[in-house]
Formats: sequence, structure tokens, C-alpha cells
Amino acid sequence: MIQTFQRMIVITGHYGSGKTSIAANLALDLARQEPVTLVDLDIVNPYFRSADLREPLETAGVRLIAPVYANTNLDSPVLPPEIAGIFRPESGRAVLDVGGDDAGAIALGQYASRLEAGGYDLCYVINSRRYLTRKPQEAAELLGEIERVSRLKAGWLINNTNLGPETTLELVRESLAYGEQVSALTGVPVAFNCVRRDLPSWESIPNAFPLALPF
Amino acid sequence: MGEKFLMKGNEAIAEAAIRNGCIHFFGYPITPQTEVSAYMSKVLPKIGGTFLQAESEIAAINMVLGAASCGVRAMTSSSSPGISLKSEGISYIAGSDLPCVILNVMRGGPGLGGIQPSQADYWQATRALGHGDFQLLVFAPATVQEIVDLIGTAFDLADKYRMPALILADGILGQMMEPVEFPEKKEAPASAKPYATTGTRFGTPEARKPNIVNSLYLKPDQLEKTVVDRFARYEIVKANEVRVEEYLTEDADIVAVAYGATARVVRSAVEMAREEGIRAGLLRPITVWPFPEEAVARAAGHAKALLAVEMSMGQMVDDVRLAANGACPVSFFGRTGGIVPSPAEVLDQLRALAR
Repeated sequence: MIQTFQRMIVITGHYGSGKTSIAANLALDLARQEPVTLVDLDIVNPYFRSADLREPLETAGVRLIAPVYANTNLDSPVLPPEIAGIFRPESGRAVLDVGGDDAGAIALGQYASRLEAGGYDLCYVINSRRYLTRKPQEAAELLGEIERVSRLKAGWLINNTNLGPETTLELVRESLAYGEQVSALTGVPVAFNCVRRDLPSWESIPNAFPLALPF
Repeated sequence: MGEKFLMKGNEAIAEAAIRNGCIHFFGYPITPQTEVSAYMSKVLPKIGGTFLQAESEIAAINMVLGAASCGVRAMTSSSSPGISLKSEGISYIAGSDLPCVILNVMRGGPGLGGIQPSQADYWQATRALGHGDFQLLVFAPATVQEIVDLIGTAFDLADKYRMPALILADGILGQMMEPVEFPEKKEAPASAKPYATTGTRFGTPEARKPNIVNSLYLKPDQLEKTVVDRFARYEIVKANEVRVEEYLTEDADIVAVAYGATARVVRSAVEMAREEGIRAGLLRPITVWPFPEEAVARAAGHAKALLAVEMSMGQMVDDVRLAANGACPVSFFGRTGGIVPSPAEVLDQLRALAR
């Protein structure tokens, strides 16, 4: 599935829906076959960032572009200029990890025309166990806001329903209906359902995407 | 209990406050607690509440003073430097005998410090959150679920004792996501607030004299009486509201004392020490004012040593020493500036004390 995405994959969603985790896992998977750059566009929240995963990512050959301030986890809300490089067609795959909600997606708007020109797939991550998007209607409304401020259109939903360490296969299975409901409201199809790779028989989830890296 | 949700500490505290009848929130953004304001700003306007991003922390705490004067449940939240700015208002609220809840998601200091987790505001919370003779109720949750469970208690006890309650959290708790369940939605108890400035109903048969909320007493004997009366109330709080969790302390030779997120690290270290045959235990204050003096004194009575562990240069350790009162040695281990101690580091301390 993920190999059929456009060259630039944009990951958006509600705060804490799992964007960074999914972006990192996608980048790792893609890096087995082609050069991949992971771009951290989150200028909203300075905790739990892709920069925390720099080591496993770079070991796997993923190039990471992340806002870094004085080598700490503290961001200056400035996007690094190297981002411009990903829009060159020869630069390989790019996965863009965007900040939460419409507030985080604002950072995306400035790249809208270049993403359009280069070809992108915008994915919207949903988790039915996040309090403010537990109703399909709430998740659909938030996507509308993200599309409005980013001036981009969503191509896919990614169902990442989880309860952190308490996630079970039953929980993921129950969430398939939620994914379909959000899909019906938005007209955007579900690309895949995320499931932690350490759960026994994760393969039994239809259209599963196994997550290896934490958060 | 209902369905489980995955929530950040900051979001959970906001939702729990709303569920406990607090629909008036006044704040100013600062990392690592901004999600509290963000959550309140999304939800409160939809349910007839008030969310106001004030022009400063000072303004926000004085808006809480105003709301509490009117008898409603009100809350503000900030992180360390912002709490310092609020201190004058907090003193006024305490001096006016008003209830409210204040959240401090602590970050490294002093000054602007950093944005990573810290526990360096313990002295501020328990000794000097503003000028004058007063105390706050101070709760120190260790999990996102405990934040949810304690926020209702904080509002209830603030109302009951007419004093501000502080939730002393840190950047880890504010930012980490954990599964939580919310107790059934509970309306704010219609506890009588006869002091509230709710209007005199002038010209009606129910007319009453105006209520005046005030912390100014120019006559020393009057001021002394209000302070002494308030301290008599504090004694009731100390006798009834201490909360503490003890883990493997009963037979422990070494009892570690830690609160908040640090207590989770220490708990892991205690379990590792037990595997090595070291009889270690953990005493976790859930209220840090009132401090669990009796539990610490009991531990000091049978342990060979106490070890305070904090994300600071050593603040709560003062209360541990006062409570131990010389019954056994008290040592300290801490990291500061935004560094979280690791279980291995704490284990080394436990090993050294066991030798």
C-alpha cells in the first residue's frame, strides 16, 4: 500500500493522534527500498518529537530534517531552510510530520503550491480513543479545518486507534467501524489500520500497518 | 466509570475540571502546560462557560479571584515562571478565604530556565506562594489517571476549607499520554457560599446586606484574628486531609520518598533493588501540604535510612528531615534543570545505602 503513495506523504491529525509515530514508521518502511527524508514540521509542541527518534531513523538510512535549537528538545518556531530541497523531484521520498490540529497545519500552507506541483498524499490520522475526536463527526470537522488552513486536500485516512500500552487487538478491531464512519462523512478512504507490531497476531487486523517504533 | 481514552495529562486535567463543575478558566500560554488552555478554549464556549486568555498571568489569577468571589468554581494554570507572576494574586485569594484551583506544570528554573520537567517549585508551593502567613492545599499526582481523580478532590476541599488548592505536576505528567477513565459526570455541589457576591436583591423582600470580599485589615488585632482563625482551619486540614501511598515500606530497610513523576522512576528502582535482595520501599506523598509527617516518622522509626529523590537540588527533603526528626539518617538524590533521574541512578543510591 504505502509504495503506491505519491512521492510526498503529508501526515496530519489531532494532537496526540500518533502522527510522529506513523511518520517515523512509514519512513523506516520506505527506506528499505528508496532514499527517504523525514521532515518534522511540528512547530506547535516541543515534547515527544521525531528528533527523539533520530538514532533509529538515521541507522535505517532515513534523513531527518527537524527544527533544532542549541541541540536540545527546545524548538525555535522556525522551519529549517533544507526543507526546500524535498520539492526537487530527484530528492526521493519525503514524509512530512505536521503539528497537531489546524494550529499545526498552518505551517503546511506555505508549501501548498509546491506540494501540489510535486504530487502529494495528505493522510489524516484518527484515533477513536482521543477525547475530542471520539465522535466521527468531530474527527470529520477537524479534518475540514486542517484542509482549510493547509490549502490541501486529504487523500487518505489512517486509523491509529490505540490506548498506548493498554491497546488490544479487540480495541483496534472495534475501531474499524469508526474509521468507516469518518470515511463516509469525509469521502476520504481509509489507507490502513495501524497496530502495534508487538501485539500477537496483529496480522489478523484487515489492512494492517504494523508499528515498530514507539509513540 | 466509562470508556477509556488516551489523553495527555494537560488535556485530562482540563476535562476533569469541567466535569467537576469548573466552567470558568483564565490563563496565559506557557510550555509545558499550554494544552490546558487550548482544551478549555475549544470546549468551554460550547457549554456556556468562560474561557479567557488573559493579557498576562497576573491578570488571569485576578480574574480567578473575581470569579471565586462570585461563588463559582474557577481555575487557572501555568508553568513555573508564570506561577511566580501569579503569586500576589494567590496571596490575595488566600487572604480573602476563597476557593480555587491552580495548576503548576513545573519546568526547570530559576528564571526562564527551560521547558523540560522539573520539581524545583516545591518550596514555592509549600512555603511561599505569595507573601503573608498562609498555606495552600497542594496535591502531587503521579499518573494521568490520578490527575483526573484528584482534581475533583481539589475543588471539593478548596470549597470546604475556603482556600486555594494547587496541583503540583511537572512537564512529564503534563505531556505524557496515558489511558484514563472519567468518573460519572458530577455537578458542582451546591455548597452554600454565603460569602459570594451574588447580588443583594435590593428592593425585594429577600434583600440582604452587600457581601464584601476583601483581604485588607488595617487594624492589627482584626488582621491577627483572621490569620489565627485561618491557621486553626489549617490544623483541621492537617488532621484530616493527608494523602500518601506506601509501597513495600513495611519491612523496608531503606525507604525512598518521592512524589509526582519521580515517584514512578523510584518505584522501578525499588523493584530492581528488591530483585537484588535489598529491602527497599517507596513512600509517595500525594498531598505535599499537608505533608504526610506521620507516615515518614513511622518509616524513620524502622528503616536504616531514608532517601528523598526529586527533580531539584533538594527541597522536599527538608520536610522529610523534619518528619524523621533525627530517628534515622536522611539522604538526598536529585537531578535538575529538566533532567529526569533514571531508575539505574536511583538504584545505585539504594545500593550504596544498603551497604
